[in-house]
Amino acid sequence: MSGGEKKVDCSRRNLVFATAAVGGVATVATAVPFLASMAPSERAKAAGAPVEADISKLAPGEMMRIEWRGKPVWIIHRTREMLDSLKTVADQVADPDSRRPNQPAYIKGEARSLKPEYLVVVGICSHLGCSPTDKFQKGAESGIAADWPGGFLCPCHGSTFDFSGRVYKNKPAPDNLEVPPHTYLSESRILIGEDTKA
Amino acid sequence: MASGNFDKYKSDGSPAGNLLEWVDARFPLTANWKGHLSEYYAPKNFNFWYFFGSLALLVLVMQVVTGIFLVMHYKPDASLNAAGVPVAFASVEYIMRDVPWGWLIRYMHSTGASAFFVVVYLHMFRAMLYGSYRKPRELLWILGVLIYLCLMAEAFAGYLLPWGQMSFWGAQVIISLFSAIPLIGGDLTTWIRGDYVIADATLNRMFAFHVIAIPLALIGLVAAHVLALHEVGSNNPDGIEIKAKKDDKGVPLDGIPFHPYYTVKDIVGVVVFLMVFCAIVFFAPELGGYFLEYNNFIPADPLQTPAHIAPVWYFTPFYSILRANTVNFFWIDAKLWGVIFMGLGVMILFFLPWLDRSPAKSIRYRGPIYKWALALFVFSFVILGYLGMKPPEYAFFGLIPGDYVSKACTIVYFLFFLLMPWYSRIDKCKPEPERVTR
Repeated sequence: MSGGEKKVDCSRRNLVFATAAVGGVATVATAVPFLASMAPSERAKAAGAPVEADISKLAPGEMMRIEWRGKPVWIIHRTREMLDSLKTVADQVADPDSRRPNQPAYIKGEARSLKPEYLVVVGICSHLGCSPTDKFQKGAESGIAADWPGGFLCPCHGSTFDFSGRVYKNKPAPDNLEVPPHTYLSESRILIGEDTKA
Repeated sequence: MASGNFDKYKSDGSPAGNLLEWVDARFPLTANWKGHLSEYYAPKNFNFWYFFGSLALLVLVMQVVTGIFLVMHYKPDASLNAAGVPVAFASVEYIMRDVPWGWLIRYMHSTGASAFFVVVYLHMFRAMLYGSYRKPRELLWILGVLIYLCLMAEAFAGYLLPWGQMSFWGAQVIISLFSAIPLIGGDLTTWIRGDYVIADATLNRMFAFHVIAIPLALIGLVAAHVLALHEVGSNNPDGIEIKAKKDDKGVPLDGIPFHPYYTVKDIVGVVVFLMVFCAIVFFAPELGGYFLEYNNFIPADPLQTPAHIAPVWYFTPFYSILRANTVNFFWIDAKLWGVIFMGLGVMILFFLPWLDRSPAKSIRYRGPIYKWALALFVFSFVILGYLGMKPPEYAFFGLIPGDYVSKACTIVYFLFFLLMPWYSRIDKCKPEPERVTR
């Protein structure tokens, strides 16, 4: 356009911009169904029914695993000694009073449970989703530390948790283990995934 | 340049000549043959480091071909069969035991995945030795880093398909990385998985990514990488431009045609590579658990993480960086710092061409500071890789905690890049030669 013999018809150019803009909007709109198709399907959403656990045969110091929404849920029958250890580690855990929201509102205090003897937690590490291993043995035999009071160790990145699922300080996991909504149907039956108080 | 400056073929009257003239009038066949092979001039002083580019191309072809035949028998299905084994896991066992030669095709594919990373890491190290990422090859380097990113995504998606314990828990960890992103993290993770946990939906989409989406991107990027290379011309061990000295026909004085000189040379590299490759495929396809992890011979169990989980060796340096972040600071969780540093560990490669301020490109003429820095970088990368395969409480000789070592190596890894603008500038370089040496 050095000579300037021909003037650019700017009204036509505006039309080009307008066409491109409308085409862009259409492209984005077309992308929506494709991206939305990757979200959980109706079937996946529906598969979240509560499950029942029978704890009558769970001896003190033992734990059981049940599956709820494809995740492991642990029920630990805590001994007196295990419960006592919760006080001694209170200054070593990151969130001793469970202030961060990883439990229903009715789960409070160091025991993080409805009944102190029974801990119900989702056995998924809050770091990157591995399932921690139970390390109930105290001291050096656990392979963790000579003063290890017992608890859980995540094999993936080394986060440690106490007998209430509270994460120790300066570990990769940011949060305590999640406590699922649950309620006692009777002395020996727990319903996981639903609570009357919620 | 590839097709522009070459004359079209003129027939000598023979039937083959007539056919070639007919094609050439309709498609730039001769021009491309000359531009990319017979009249593409590469420096005459390539050494063995220059094998790895063509070997990467060979492995890519091998992965595509073996992959096609595996897909004929593999089923991406996480549901349990009549025997209570996930269908996907069982279909891999079926390939190994019942499909004629299935074991060979599968072992070629699984060994090929590791071989891909071996040759690509050596290819990248070659670029760092001879300054191949420096001007005018910045874009060539960036395309290469994009290929590396695609390769990581491809390897990750492929690793989920056998639906073993390591597939499942590896995917659980890597996809959970996105949950560290503030605000949208949780929803984003669910969207990527297509379910609230790693499930059949996740397996099927990873299958789609692994067999079609990422390979398409990968092949496109490789084509762009080669086109960019042929535009600027290859670097060489002396790190000087051969295009600076040309004869009266415009051919670089230190250049030789890629074909036949380097096609023949590369065949030697291919033969040596295939000897090693076949030895692994036939005699040690698991390579002591490094190429195929033992826990992956156990079907996926959503309720039980294996006692020791680690990614395959090629991801372990970055996995160590992730794990080395255990301190919350600046109100940000250690978890997010881990993800940030792991991401930066890869992304920082993009900036390498602009971080390096050395007057000389090749290590042959660079000063002692860069030689030490590169050695230290490689050392810390290898140590990070080693620690990434070990459990988090691992200690060297039972004394030096691996946790501290991985923190130190992470710092070295990043300082290599972040201090480069300074140390590369003050380094005492030797003068570069006018022409390539032997």
